[in-house]
Amino acid sequence: MKQPQTSRRSFLALAALTPFAVAATSACGTSGPGTASGGGGASMWYLSGEPNQTTMQKAVDTFNSANPDNKIAVTYFQNDAYKTKIKTAIGAGQAPTIIYGWGGGTLKTYAEANQVEDLTSWFEENKDLKEKFFPSSFGAATVDGKIYALPNQYVAPIVLFYNKELFEKAGAQPPKTWDDVMSLVKTFNDMGVAPFSLGGQSRWTSMMWLEYLLDRIGGHEVFNAIFEGKPDAWLDPAVIETGTKIQELVSAEGFIKGFSSIAADSNADQALLFTGKAAMMLHGSWTYGAMKKGGQNFVQSGKLGFVHFPTVAGGKGDPKNGVGNPAQYMSISSKATDQEKESAKKFFKDGILTETVIDTYIASGSVPIVNGIEDKLDTSEDKDFLNFVYDLAKNAPNFQQSWDQALSPTAAEALLNNIDQLFLKSITPQQFAENMNATLGK
Amino acid sequence: MSNTVSTSPRTAVTRGESLQTEKRKAALAWLTVPALFFFLVFAVVPLAGVFILSFANWDGIGSIGVAGMDNWLAVLADPGLYNALGLTFLIMIASWLVQTPISLLLGVFTAGSQRYRAALAVLYFLPLLLSSAAVAIAFKALLDPNFGLATGLGLPFLAQDWLGVPHLALGLVIFVIAWQFVPFHTLIYQGGVRQIPKSLYEAAEIDGAGTIKQFFHITLPQLKYTIITSSTLMVVGSLTYFDLIFVLTGGGPGNSTRILALDMYLRGFRANLMGPASVIAVILVVIGLALALLLQRLGGKDKHGSQLEGL
Repeated sequence: MKQPQTSRRSFLALAALTPFAVAATSACGTSGPGTASGGGGASMWYLSGEPNQTTMQKAVDTFNSANPDNKIAVTYFQNDAYKTKIKTAIGAGQAPTIIYGWGGGTLKTYAEANQVEDLTSWFEENKDLKEKFFPSSFGAATVDGKIYALPNQYVAPIVLFYNKELFEKAGAQPPKTWDDVMSLVKTFNDMGVAPFSLGGQSRWTSMMWLEYLLDRIGGHEVFNAIFEGKPDAWLDPAVIETGTKIQELVSAEGFIKGFSSIAADSNADQALLFTGKAAMMLHGSWTYGAMKKGGQNFVQSGKLGFVHFPTVAGGKGDPKNGVGNPAQYMSISSKATDQEKESAKKFFKDGILTETVIDTYIASGSVPIVNGIEDKLDTSEDKDFLNFVYDLAKNAPNFQQSWDQALSPTAAEALLNNIDQLFLKSITPQQFAENMNATLGK
Repeated sequence: MSNTVSTSPRTAVTRGESLQTEKRKAALAWLTVPALFFFLVFAVVPLAGVFILSFANWDGIGSIGVAGMDNWLAVLADPGLYNALGLTFLIMIASWLVQTPISLLLGVFTAGSQRYRAALAVLYFLPLLLSSAAVAIAFKALLDPNFGLATGLGLPFLAQDWLGVPHLALGLVIFVIAWQFVPFHTLIYQGGVRQIPKSLYEAAEIDGAGTIKQFFHITLPQLKYTIITSSTLMVVGSLTYFDLIFVLTGGGPGNSTRILALDMYLRGFRANLMGPASVIAVILVVIGLALALLLQRLGGKDKHGSQLEGL
């Protein structure tokens, strides 16, 4: 009988201690992500992945050594995981001081819940800073006429990349029209090469196709009406035609076999292009830098080609229109202390898009959103691509922000889910339009 | 234990002694306080919170508003719910059908004393040591239709688009779940088999029963409660399969692997609809409780009675 008694006593001791242990660990938890290490610094969450992670780390290191009292502490997260984590953190009042994002609909929900600082007057005080950026980059940072975020990094239009080597072998030219696309699908399928690479499991990758097609077919006004929540905006005939064209492309085996199980986070879609398993890929211009770094000399040896999205016969849209990310954005949490906010603003002013950072972005194949960089672009080793992106962004009569960023999170999730089903042909274009129409105003 | 103490004739002798047992019982009741405290804080309070949220409008960021019955009506009218429910039960039943025979047989085998048994047992238990996310990432890489194992080894019949075709993806999810959880249930059965008295088998051998007869007439009946325990864990556990499927397929392709737990997460944290997500959470709790009770009933009312009477 002695045995159970000692174990009972130790159990009691354990029971008595546990609440303290829990309290101790939970105390660590609350001070974790919300506040920065040391003094009046600010915390920031940013995306992992090269080359941007190194660029940001260098910028932060430079800023930190120049401003020891306003140190920025960065934590890195994977793209898809970050999008969920930041929302949860903001809802729980645990957000970092600097909230990184893509502006648009998500920023609007933050602004409406008073979770981010209104930076309008701060930009008035810092006119130099405001005039430094492309004017078009402020659109997605503005909610009801007030600016809630600092545009930064680079403009990233969606571009049609192609493998020059495969095109030479096929004796083909990059597509100018949708009919070219459909005939190239046949050419490459006959050659035993997949026409298009696509990381369909990520869903926003498939969305890029719809964004361009809808713009080319119906003009940018169609999505504008959707964005503004006009009644039956999704039922526009252009939406149905877009869906039909996509399903035709899927039926013609336009996309690589197994596209719906390929995730963009692993860069497998880019690998398909540079290993010659796929001839073309519609993707964000940011993949240029990633392919240059990971593509085994594919970019350096001049095998990567790029063109603007083809036109559609009878389409109403301006063929110069672009879609993509006009910039990336950084907001300041309204829950941060005044000292943290000051540090963040100082970082916004002196730490982001410094000359060094601008040069690094250009060197990694991106076009930073600052005015007067034409000379720098011209002297870069990637000048062909950089000038192409710069002109595309500059000359576009309408530059549409990515749909999943522009719409509210609720509508965006429904959109991605329906796009996935559209590409699998488990719903018709008509059903797609109707399903999406039900999300208007949500 | 307490049952045998109170009914044993030795305790009811004098008044002083019975007072002492009363005191001991009171002390034992106090010992449940910490457990009750944790149950209250980590189970009852969140459950009540979810129930209240299911009648609220909340995007997870802004302020909480009253929604009344709106969330419930919207979710119950949504075909997505029935798709998720159907998939959840399909995965539950398929998982039980696949895992139970395999883990039962492996459990019986590892409880024996054959040669190399220990070495093989270690191999069987390996998947138990890996986290679900790691398992999912590994399988995803192995099954990649272009850079995966099948292409690498040149096995064309394995080069299917495993995660991209709805019915294949569903089958694969069931397979990976089995791969991961069979070791755990094997362990339960191994323990169960080792509890069976040797004398039963010796008697059977004298009566001339072979291995197969012994299995069906001794091992299986003796494992009755082990099977119920393992099945309860499988069935209730399958309601909460989330991490593995989330990483492996994300609910796709389309909605073909979007089970209830995943549906709840996607609604709540991707679409910012905490109200409808809470409705699904409540539905999950109700189904889980009902299933656990049902399985307990299947065990019979005399489940605390001994199976070893007469030995």
